[in-house]
Amino acid sequence: MSRIDDYRRVATPGAVDFILKLAEQVQGRRFLSVTGGRLGGGAAEALRTAVPILSELGVDTRWEVTGGDTAYYTTARSLQAALEGEERVLSDEGLARWVDMNGLNAKKLDLEADVIAVHDSQPASLVSARTGGRWVWRCHFDCSSAQAGPWAFFRRFADQYDAAVFGLPGFEGRLGIPMYIVPPSIDPLSERNRDLAPREVSEILASLGVPRDKPLLVQVAPFARAYDPLGVINAYRLVKKHHDVRLVLAGTADGEPERLELLSQLLEAAHEDHDVIVLELPPEAHRQVNALQRAATIVLQKSVRAEFDLGPAEAMWKGKPVVGGYAGGLAQQIITNVTGYTVYSVEGAAFRIRHLLNNPELIPRMGAAGREHVRRSFLITRELVDGLALGVHLTR
Amino acid sequence: MTQSTATRPFKFAGCVELRQALDVHALDVRELRQRIEEAPAGSIFFHTFGYFLRHRVFTTAYGNDFARWAANEIGDHALAERLAVVDPFGFSDLDELREHLVTILQDHLRGRESERRVEFVRGFHFQQSQVVEVPLGVTAQTLGEFRAGLATVDESAIYLHTVETRARQRHAESFADWVREALELPELAERFERIDPYLTTIERIRGRLLSLVDVALDEARR
Repeated sequence: MSRIDDYRRVATPGAVDFILKLAEQVQGRRFLSVTGGRLGGGAAEALRTAVPILSELGVDTRWEVTGGDTAYYTTARSLQAALEGEERVLSDEGLARWVDMNGLNAKKLDLEADVIAVHDSQPASLVSARTGGRWVWRCHFDCSSAQAGPWAFFRRFADQYDAAVFGLPGFEGRLGIPMYIVPPSIDPLSERNRDLAPREVSEILASLGVPRDKPLLVQVAPFARAYDPLGVINAYRLVKKHHDVRLVLAGTADGEPERLELLSQLLEAAHEDHDVIVLELPPEAHRQVNALQRAATIVLQKSVRAEFDLGPAEAMWKGKPVVGGYAGGLAQQIITNVTGYTVYSVEGAAFRIRHLLNNPELIPRMGAAGREHVRRSFLITRELVDGLALGVHLTR
Repeated sequence: MTQSTATRPFKFAGCVELRQALDVHALDVRELRQRIEEAPAGSIFFHTFGYFLRHRVFTTAYGNDFARWAANEIGDHALAERLAVVDPFGFSDLDELREHLVTILQDHLRGRESERRVEFVRGFHFQQSQVVEVPLGVTAQTLGEFRAGLATVDESAIYLHTVETRARQRHAESFADWVREALELPELAERFERIDPYLTTIERIRGRLLSLVDVALDEARR
């Protein structure tokens, strides 16, 4: 587990001292985070890093998790999907069960604190049981396209909060409370992003069966249409006419039928071309992802629909230029012509990859600019500053 | 004179800009003009003065968020240029700045039948900010101590004591006011105020302030 002083060698100069000063401002106040689980990415991943650091800083910080029966989880998942814009059928009975279960959670959990941050939709109706403190709904997804009916239902709870926090301007739904923007971040000392020795990178790539005799184009993303892996293969094919490169598509299929079908199409493409490597990795393969991004010549993130998606920030932290789609938070991370390129088509991706390969001096220059951009804007130290400042603001 | 003790200590403070979404969006230039007319003054501040805190050397090319949006999302480079040259420090208040921006947009729209409209994800999303001041525990009683603090404090302190205090009411004191009133160095204060923060970076402002202090300290030693 990393300690706050460990971040001095990776964050901007003075960033850790600034966090210490901010932490002084919230001494004596109690902070509570509530999520729907402790595992996985998103809110839980950020809290696994932030909670121990805040405790080390002397900030009274706790983390509670809601639970329930199968019907509760089924409704919570459907509600979340509907708030993200997917068409779902939600029964009155199921929604009532979700509310009742969160009522039981409210009785079981210790919700006494000065600032209570409730993450995403599953535990959101806990706010109905508020007795004191300032309540914040922390939304980690894009709810600007939420289904109207589910949003109207959900808003009854969301409007009971004192404030909401979103990852990006434009991700917010219509609410009658102040809405703050705190973009997500990466932990530079985690297994996924920490420095790896060149020998480690070589060993991991050898174990994955990825030769290093050609420039590597790498996309790390779930095998889902939102990340357009077939478009990436088509862009690679356009590049391959001019440059002898290798493409690695690494991701997860999660056992979902649509994703498994897509994976089989990708494997078929890989079977026809030995310079296309498709790696199905488990979600915890952080070290392997780290090595692949470090070994890459150019990292691709050709999403056509995305949430914030911190893939570009991870790659830029490793000094790589990124060619990414114009979706979700990608355009916030990639500064065109400086840290990489945002593209709108397969042809655009191929054009930018060729441009970089034909002008190789741009690759380290953009990589270095990307690392500095991430150091200032997308490290956990910046998110800690934003979170502590919000705590100061809400409790003053 | 420059080595004299100030009548009150200078207290360096940094700041955090808590960004607030307003759920107000523009998808074309006409809407941008309309929204600028209606937006709270804090939002006009955020997208113009606040630009300097958020942007670094390689991203300051446009000078404000409106110009950056016109160039990057609308692709109207003539409009971007016209908006980019608007120096927010040249206006007496935010309403005057707002009026100037609206006039540019109005003028640009005149005679145009149609214009480019972007999808929501590429729209201009209006924001404002709550600035949380953070005392840094660094104080100065003399110009020498002030120089030591200036050289080492977090760059948000340079923004707070120059840009924010110049444009909005703050607890924190501006560098120029302290030098003028507490150190009784009106000439140095005037030189501080003549620094042009437009289209530069916070670190460069720090460098210019340090050069001016160094000159004043040298003069005092002679």
